[in-house]
Amino acid sequence: MTMAEPRPLTAGPAASARPVYQIERLSKTYARNLLVALTDVTLTLAQGEFVSVVGSSGCGKSTLLKIMAGLLPPTTGRVVLEGRPVTGPRADIGMMFQQATLLPWKTTVENIVLPVEIREGRAAAKAAIPRAMDLLRLVGLGEFANVYPSELSGGMAQRASICRMLISNPAVLLLDEPFSALDELTRDFMNMELQRICAEQRSTSFLVTHSLAEAVILSDRILVMRPRPGRIVEEIVIDLPRPRTLEMINTPRFGQIVAHIRDLLGKEAFR
Amino acid sequence: MTAAPDLDTDPNADTVWVEREALIDRVPRWAAMLALAVIVIGIWDLATTRMGWVSPIILPSPKETLDELIMVGTNLITGGYMLEALWTTTRTVFWAFLIATAIGFSLGVLVGETKFGERAVMPYLVAIDTMPKVAFAPLFIAWLGFDIASKVALAAFIATFPIIVSTAAGLCAASENERMLFKAMGASRWQTLFRLKLPTGLPYIFTGLKIAAVGVMAGAITGEFLGGGKGFGALIRESASMLATPRVFALILYLSLLGLALFFLVAWVQKRLVFWNKSDRPGGVG
Repeated sequence: MTMAEPRPLTAGPAASARPVYQIERLSKTYARNLLVALTDVTLTLAQGEFVSVVGSSGCGKSTLLKIMAGLLPPTTGRVVLEGRPVTGPRADIGMMFQQATLLPWKTTVENIVLPVEIREGRAAAKAAIPRAMDLLRLVGLGEFANVYPSELSGGMAQRASICRMLISNPAVLLLDEPFSALDELTRDFMNMELQRICAEQRSTSFLVTHSLAEAVILSDRILVMRPRPGRIVEEIVIDLPRPRTLEMINTPRFGQIVAHIRDLLGKEAFR
Repeated sequence: MTAAPDLDTDPNADTVWVEREALIDRVPRWAAMLALAVIVIGIWDLATTRMGWVSPIILPSPKETLDELIMVGTNLITGGYMLEALWTTTRTVFWAFLIATAIGFSLGVLVGETKFGERAVMPYLVAIDTMPKVAFAPLFIAWLGFDIASKVALAAFIATFPIIVSTAAGLCAASENERMLFKAMGASRWQTLFRLKLPTGLPYIFTGLKIAAVGVMAGAITGEFLGGGKGFGALIRESASMLATPRVFALILYLSLLGLALFFLVAWVQKRLVFWNKSDRPGGVG
């Protein structure tokens, strides 16, 4: 057994780093049905940190992610990224969804420069192609740059969508259950890939997921949310050493952390 | 080395499954089509020539029809009056298809993309679409005269609606995820329309165009039946009124070539433009 014994919950490796993303006293009430989706959510992401949020369906984690991405206005509170308030979609926010959603009439590399094409026009998109090629090589898709998405497998398509997210050099990555549509083996592999890419890019990342194992293996911190009204009930610092490996899933410490989160979610998670 | 087991007597031998292809799968398509044609023409010949069950005024024999086909064909090839009639109808169909595409597409975008179009315009379009559009023919003739214009108008009128409906449906075909992606990229409304919704809707739009290609033919010929003029429709009506049934058959067959040409032109453009659609989305029919 090479794993460390349980250690006291420290502030995590990134605590001393510069804060990048500040979410302050956020709440959201949907006017349509007066549903309180979020109440008083405050959190800060430091440079290079990987934070996950877990919780049952309807706990407001998707709402939180959309507000952070500038896709949904909050009822109260504010979101500040790199010192500027987020009031709408921004180029320095990278997003990844459950579905790869590559446009079928564009080749892989054309799909990856799409955000540049939309924001800065076709000429800029063309200029971004060398960088897109670098990113494709980073995720191991170098040979698939000029094929159409119909020829990519599910895992390959998601790797391409990682490249599309990274093309604008975002300050933060927002990941909305990015691998939940993949089979389990591919998913494990993709999680390790994501860890490697985040380390290489020194990304600040925020992951929403249903999978406790996925959250634990990837994160520096995990936020546990509960519904009605959606709120953060606990913050858990994951003290597993980096780089993480899939073998860590079988260690007692990993099991302890997962069990602890499961307790916190309690019956709420399955109601 | 072991001897091959005797399949009939050896109880340990594996069961051999022989999967036989159905007969129809082993015959090439052209052969199946030819066989059907031979059968139908055979029965036709039997009923008209050999048995005389049907009067030649009602149904001419295959021989008479073939003679008439050659007659009409010769007239067409040598640039006779029939070629002129076919040219008139071709022009009618061409202009009607162009106008129907332009108006149908524009109204489709209005209805599919704007709340005003959806709420205020769509109900009227549905109301008009349920009317028997051929009934408008006398109006078009009264407004535009007996020349080609009234036929173009009727044909375009009939063909516009499928294009409106398919365009509006196509614009709704982009998934929630794709819309979210474009929103997150900060895409403008125009960008979302032209870079996402329209390309995604193309298979639907082409389905509408194919229906319109059929409708435009029906409209043009109906217009020529009712409004006279120099087209193929008028020729058919004349022949029918003279009880020249074999000629009617021959003219219809040549006319169908025009319809096929238009249909395949649309299909060809679709194949070029929507190369990426592996018909895993609806609308890739045909």
